[in-house]
Amino acid sequence: MTARARIPATFQTPLALMRTFLLLTFAVSFITTSNLTFASAVDAETQSASIALAQEPPQLNGMKATDQVSIQVLSHVMEGLTRYDRRGMLSPGVALRWEISDEKATFWLRDNARWSNGDPVTAHDFVFAWRTVVTPSTASEYAFILYPIKHAEAINRGERPATDLGVRALDDFTLEVELERPTAYFLKLTAFVSYFPVQEAFYQSTQGAYGADADKLLYNGAFRISNWVHSASLTMLKNERYWDRDAIFLNKLDHAYITADTRARLNLYVDDEIAFTRIDGETYKDALANKLRIRNFVTGSVFFLEFNHRTGRVTDNLNLRRALLAAFDPEEFVNRVLQMPGNLPGRSLFPVWLQGVEGKFRDEFPASERTPNIDEAKAYLEAAKKELGLDEIPPLALLVSDSPTATKQAEYLQGLYKSKLGLDIRIDVQTFKQRLAKMTAGEFDIVGAGWGPDFDDIMTFGDLFASWNLNNRGRYSNANYDEAVRTTMNATDPAIRMQAMAAVQKIVEEDVVIVPLYEQGVIYLLHPKLRGVRRTVVGGDPDFTYARVVP
Amino acid sequence: MGRYILERLIGGIITVWFIATATFFAMHAVPGDPLMNEKAATPEIRANLARQYGLDRPLAEQYLLFLSNMAKGDFGISFTQQNRRVNDIIKDHFPVSALLGVLAITIAAAGGVVWGAITALYRNRLPDIIIMSLVILCISVPSFVFAALGQLALVGLNQWFGVSVLPVAGWGTLAHMLMPALVLGLGTMALLTRLMRSSMLDVINEDYVRTAKAKGLSKTRIFTHHQLRNAILPVVTVLGPQVAAITTGGFVVEMIFAIPGLGRYFVQAVQQLDYTVIMGTTVFYGAFLVLMVIVVDILYGFIDPRVRLR
Repeated sequence: MTARARIPATFQTPLALMRTFLLLTFAVSFITTSNLTFASAVDAETQSASIALAQEPPQLNGMKATDQVSIQVLSHVMEGLTRYDRRGMLSPGVALRWEISDEKATFWLRDNARWSNGDPVTAHDFVFAWRTVVTPSTASEYAFILYPIKHAEAINRGERPATDLGVRALDDFTLEVELERPTAYFLKLTAFVSYFPVQEAFYQSTQGAYGADADKLLYNGAFRISNWVHSASLTMLKNERYWDRDAIFLNKLDHAYITADTRARLNLYVDDEIAFTRIDGETYKDALANKLRIRNFVTGSVFFLEFNHRTGRVTDNLNLRRALLAAFDPEEFVNRVLQMPGNLPGRSLFPVWLQGVEGKFRDEFPASERTPNIDEAKAYLEAAKKELGLDEIPPLALLVSDSPTATKQAEYLQGLYKSKLGLDIRIDVQTFKQRLAKMTAGEFDIVGAGWGPDFDDIMTFGDLFASWNLNNRGRYSNANYDEAVRTTMNATDPAIRMQAMAAVQKIVEEDVVIVPLYEQGVIYLLHPKLRGVRRTVVGGDPDFTYARVVP
Repeated sequence: MGRYILERLIGGIITVWFIATATFFAMHAVPGDPLMNEKAATPEIRANLARQYGLDRPLAEQYLLFLSNMAKGDFGISFTQQNRRVNDIIKDHFPVSALLGVLAITIAAAGGVVWGAITALYRNRLPDIIIMSLVILCISVPSFVFAALGQLALVGLNQWFGVSVLPVAGWGTLAHMLMPALVLGLGTMALLTRLMRSSMLDVINEDYVRTAKAKGLSKTRIFTHHQLRNAILPVVTVLGPQVAAITTGGFVVEMIFAIPGLGRYFVQAVQQLDYTVIMGTTVFYGAFLVLMVIVVDILYGFIDPRVRLR
């Protein structure tokens, strides 16, 4: 109605008349050809909300899902032994209670958990799913997340049969898990998608198409998918067989649109078609101009420059890496390059949200507050040149992905190191798969990389640069680092584990394994009437499970 | 006529085989590993995936296997959606692109013929100048600009009315299709307008037009039966390839208007190095294009009787 305010009073009546006339014309012409409904993003009466997905979920077979969108969808329609409640606390899911020791874990399942076909969810459904995930022919890329279970790794490598997996159904509602080693965070893992149950009989009946369509899945979560038109829409209705259905307010969660175009999603939001959308640097200004309330959220991912530590590379030289770190200012990077609210300057491999012994890890073991020091950086650079026996450092190859933001960041770094240190950076922009291929082959000096958490424990970041980690694509190798990781892996005492991780944080900093750039923040729009939407760093995000529409 | 069609069809099959072969080897020559993802997989998992997709065999064997499967009409399973068959992807999403394309081409052809004829009749006068400047604009501005502007116009329209008059994005009803079809057809419409204009100008002073005038035929009849019918031939010729171009080129429009068309898969498959989807969509579109050209050649015969004699 902003249009009306700007129009002088005398024109209002004819304009209104014309509007009514036009509207009638439109109405007559469209009602005959379409079932046009005047949809709105939220409806308090029916408790329904519409949102958009950024892409078609590639894989709704939870045993093989790896991407954010599939995990977001699955977290609404499936439930594991445990789940995250409305406050983000780990709480009972299919399991009613449990006992966990260093060697084994026992879960007692509730007898009122049901699949959407009415069958009870039993311990056998977990045994089947977990065995399938680690079976080599499943080729699940997340199989490693089950490695704390006895023999999982050996089975996954094809050295043992899947039936050797350390998980047994003592009866229909008791599940016993043998652990490979004491795992402090095992309970948290059971909320993860790869640990969700799958009913064997149903799985076999889909003949390889499990999760390919709405009717090719059984649901045991708060919602069920009632309709899925590929690449167009995915409609969820409240699952009336869900054991905790009384805690669920939304009757309908409609992913009414699927598009990666943030501007299109902003338009849909402005048009009151969707109740939630993430925005980016480009649409940020439009959202501001529309006077929309912009919210921000720290995703929990850390972005950094990863060095190539392979022997023979100039970046194998510590003093060169020190020079690059000393000249970099994360504050300036966040404020001048990223230019969006929500991002935090990069200080450590470990993001601020990680739990420590009692409180947050970063409060208990603060990362050093470095300030950029160009003189120091120049001294390091001279030392590096001497050690390498070079008059000039050859141009350094900076490998980045082909997104506009990555390119912008790379250009900033190129300018920074040229002006401050006289170093030449050659930017190597590659598409997604080619960048990965080059990273794995070691065809770079520096690569713009990032890491997001898989589960809610410091180990999800801590082992990233262990010498055996395949994601350590710069091939950093340090016996002290590996030792500290092993300590954290095998201990359950938080004090011992966090001490070891503090040592890791120190090694990463002193040995300049990486240059932390920033902790990622995202900005988004949320319909003011939609309450209880939970943002989370691990698992399905955003989480609409406990959302409700207020009048 | 039957022999002519048969010859063209055989030629078409050879063309499609050539497209498939060239795409197959070009695709494998692109650096990057289709099985690689952000999170590194163990060598065992990678080997298993490679075995499932037949990537562990020599390239020549993969090629022969692909050809024999293609002959059976089976393109295999997508790399990114590992439980979805490429045939199903084409079956689910091509009708959407085709419907949008047909609507776009209808708008484009109707608009192109009408505007082209008008500009020719009013040559070098105001209507001609206005329309031709718009035509230049439509040809030079890429479709994503029009798509974004078109969507913004819909948002403005809905805000002005206070209710949702036309949906901003999505798919399902005719109301959803109008703006995307218009945006998609705009470039082709401009192209056809120019073509129609020049071809109309060629025809306008032909002998048979003068004869028709001398016979005392009405202006309208001369226009519809003599000028338009002869001038429209070149337009029909480019229509075939344009149908294919529009149906395949809707990627950006499909993205912005959240339309579940095949164009999205076509482009994303290349970015994701999804081998089976690349091959499936390329061969399918290639065959579609070839078929369209053949259909147009046959249609040509109905419009211009001389073609049939040859």
